[in-house]
Amino acid sequence: MTARRRLALALASCALISIGLAIGATNSSDDQSRVIRIVAQRFSYTPSEIVLKKGEAVTLELEALDFAHGFNVPDLGIRADLVEGQVTRVQLTPEKSGVYEFHCDNFCGADHEQMDGKIIVQD
Amino acid sequence: MTDRRDFMKLAALGGGAIFLSGLAGCAQSPSKSSPMAAYDEFYFVQLSDSHWGYKGPDNPDSANTLKKAVATVNALETQPDFIVFTGDLTHTTDDPLERRRRLSEFRDIVSALRVKDVHFMPGEHDASLDRGAAFKEFFGPSNYSFDHKGVHFIVVDNVSEPGATIGAAQLAWLQSDLGSVAKDAPIVVFTHRPLFDLAPKWDWATRDGAQAIDLLMPYRHVTVFYGHIHQENHHMTGHIAHHSAKSLIFPLPAPGSQEKRTPVAWDPQSPNKGLGFREVEAEVPEAEYKIAEYPVTRT
Repeated sequence: MTARRRLALALASCALISIGLAIGATNSSDDQSRVIRIVAQRFSYTPSEIVLKKGEAVTLELEALDFAHGFNVPDLGIRADLVEGQVTRVQLTPEKSGVYEFHCDNFCGADHEQMDGKIIVQD
Repeated sequence: MTDRRDFMKLAALGGGAIFLSGLAGCAQSPSKSSPMAAYDEFYFVQLSDSHWGYKGPDNPDSANTLKKAVATVNALETQPDFIVFTGDLTHTTDDPLERRRRLSEFRDIVSALRVKDVHFMPGEHDASLDRGAAFKEFFGPSNYSFDHKGVHFIVVDNVSEPGATIGAAQLAWLQSDLGSVAKDAPIVVFTHRPLFDLAPKWDWATRDGAQAIDLLMPYRHVTVFYGHIHQENHHMTGHIAHHSAKSLIFPLPAPGSQEKRTPVAWDPQSPNKGLGFREVEAEVPEAEYKIAEYPVTRT
């Protein structure tokens, strides 16, 4: 199952957010959502804490520098493989406040289990 | 098998026992084509997550823990029919040469086991960085099946594919392997990661594990033994039981019980706390009676 297919299934079952995924060298989206760049590098995300407002449309631009890391936010039904050298874009509009933890789910080495972060959605 | 009475004496490394009466007493052999097989009680030992090569504060005795476990197993009065290691034999390293050195040392240590029928499978620490290449050099295929005294055993590799998946090819193999097994045959699956979503926030899951469970679901006597989470956990998906094992390096917290899955701090007063292995005994169940009630007359 491809990342796009998996994401489509997640979309179908997730009522909390609206999300989309794009992978490529340029931003194919025409929307004016806020863009948040996230760098994935053994064994951390930078930034690792992302603060959003409820109802705010944002685009996460994820780039892996040294490994095909994963990006998994189980409670938002989001996951993607981050291809080295490409920007992976995840669009989301959180509709419920809370803390949503994310982590790398492609085993990347000794401190893989510590590679995580959180999305904080505020009212 | 009198040795079962000694299970609770395995205090040094916290040995435990699981009894699989559901596996035993089945009239058929696993194979559809085989003649009826007489069932024989037996037991095996599961060890897991030895992480050979780990050095750190969560187990200052890491150079000895695996060796102690081998000695404890060797001291069992009645030796098991076979032994299985459910992954993370070694601790991960980026260096391919060091990975092989650790696998070699691990193999040397466990070669001291009195029982020579030993089955291995990889964990992500052994296999995820090189798709299982080094593991296979030392231990052969990472997925396979075998029969033992009327039970069909299947080893599923859910760590060598990127992102902790079983993968389409192996799922097809699993389907094919199950195709030769009777629906009421006793089946045991060994794997490293949980096949179900135990704690997705901690990545304690297998992305396509549900597909494996779907393939196993038509079979009435299925039990899964796995490792990865460094503690006992018992879970049912329908009629399929899943049992995780303790580790031989350091315990991890209960699934989802805290923000991060950091190891439980080493206790110098009880250095082996939370570590151990298990015995699994397949025994013939007590007689069962099916009861049907009828009215005085039937129309």
